[in-house]
Amino acid sequence: MTMWWIGDAVLFVVVVPVVVYLLHAVLNAARSIVPSVEEIATTAAAGSKDLDAAALLLTTQEQVIETVAGVADYGGSLDVILDDAR
Amino acid sequence: MAPVLAVEAAGIVTIVAVVLIVAVLVVYLVAVIVQLRKITKGLEVVIARVGEIVEKSAPVNGVVTTINEQLDAGVDLLEGLLVKKAGMTDAVGLVDGLYTGAGAAGFRSFPESKDIKAPRIGEVYTKGTLTLARLGREAPIAVGNPAGPALRDVQRGSLAARLLYPEVRQTRPEALARSPVIGAGAPVLYPPSEQRGGTTPDDEEVAEKGPWTEVAAEGIVPAELGGSDAPRDLLAEDPQLGSPVLGETTGSEEPATEGGIDPGAGDEADATTDAGPELPEGAEPDLRDAAAARRQADVESAE
Repeated sequence: MTMWWIGDAVLFVVVVPVVVYLLHAVLNAARSIVPSVEEIATTAAAGSKDLDAAALLLTTQEQVIETVAGVADYGGSLDVILDDAR
Repeated sequence: MAPVLAVEAAGIVTIVAVVLIVAVLVVYLVAVIVQLRKITKGLEVVIARVGEIVEKSAPVNGVVTTINEQLDAGVDLLEGLLVKKAGMTDAVGLVDGLYTGAGAAGFRSFPESKDIKAPRIGEVYTKGTLTLARLGREAPIAVGNPAGPALRDVQRGSLAARLLYPEVRQTRPEALARSPVIGAGAPVLYPPSEQRGGTTPDDEEVAEKGPWTEVAAEGIVPAELGGSDAPRDLLAEDPQLGSPVLGETTGSEEPATEGGIDPGAGDEADATTDAGPELPEGAEPDLRDAAAARRQADVESAE
């Protein structure tokens, strides 16, 4: 009988506080993750929006190709007009 | 009996403790579950956004690589052309003359160019000058003297380089005649040689109607330049408009008719009575007069 009471005491004094402490810590950890995830989502959204201009790179690519083609045309013409150094 | 009660009491305390622990577990685990669901939703958003980033950035690598390849080809082309036409040494000197110190960096396509000591090429590049001359362009041949003073301040730039070119390029434009101007402000005004209808505006009429009437006073095409009243030998074989067609004024202010022109006659005009031709009474109307005849509705409303 005495042991039973001692067991009850241990249950109240040790087990319950430890359980509460551990659960509280888990809950705090879970709560701390939520703001971080929301911040990551906001940052990812901003990054995705910043990449909207990436599609314009295709236009830039075409412009560069056309420009270099023009330079090649001019260079070819100059090559015909001007004598070589040697 | 007492031990039984004691056991029951101890069991009840145990049960209460277990219930309490379970209750605490439930409360905290539910709270943790709620937080984990929030985390899951947040991660779903993150995954979607990251997917967008991956999708949008997928072609960037290839596009940038292509752009770099094109630019490399352009640089190689220009460097090759310069070296081919000017020679390696002169090419390094020309680049160094444009951008001081750039010659030391050399050309990317020609690593050996870094070892070349850039020659000092001043404002006048003889080989280029001769090339321009051969191409028929005005070139500063023999104007610049390598032993003379610098023709251009490379730090600030100046107009001195203009002196390399023929003198007409510097001072003559200010002394050239003005470009032809049409109208009263033209440098050359041709007096009127004919009068075709209307009156020649005098100063009073010009002041009343405005300066645009002066254009008529000056004449449009003088006879000596082939105007319509020019001698026959200056005109085309078959001038479209001769004097009989163009007509001419009487040169007098007197009215051409006995009664003259009544300028107030139009004030009393009535479209319902004066419009259209006079049709004979009782005659069968002709179809061609339908558009010119007075409308019956207008006649009735006038009555």
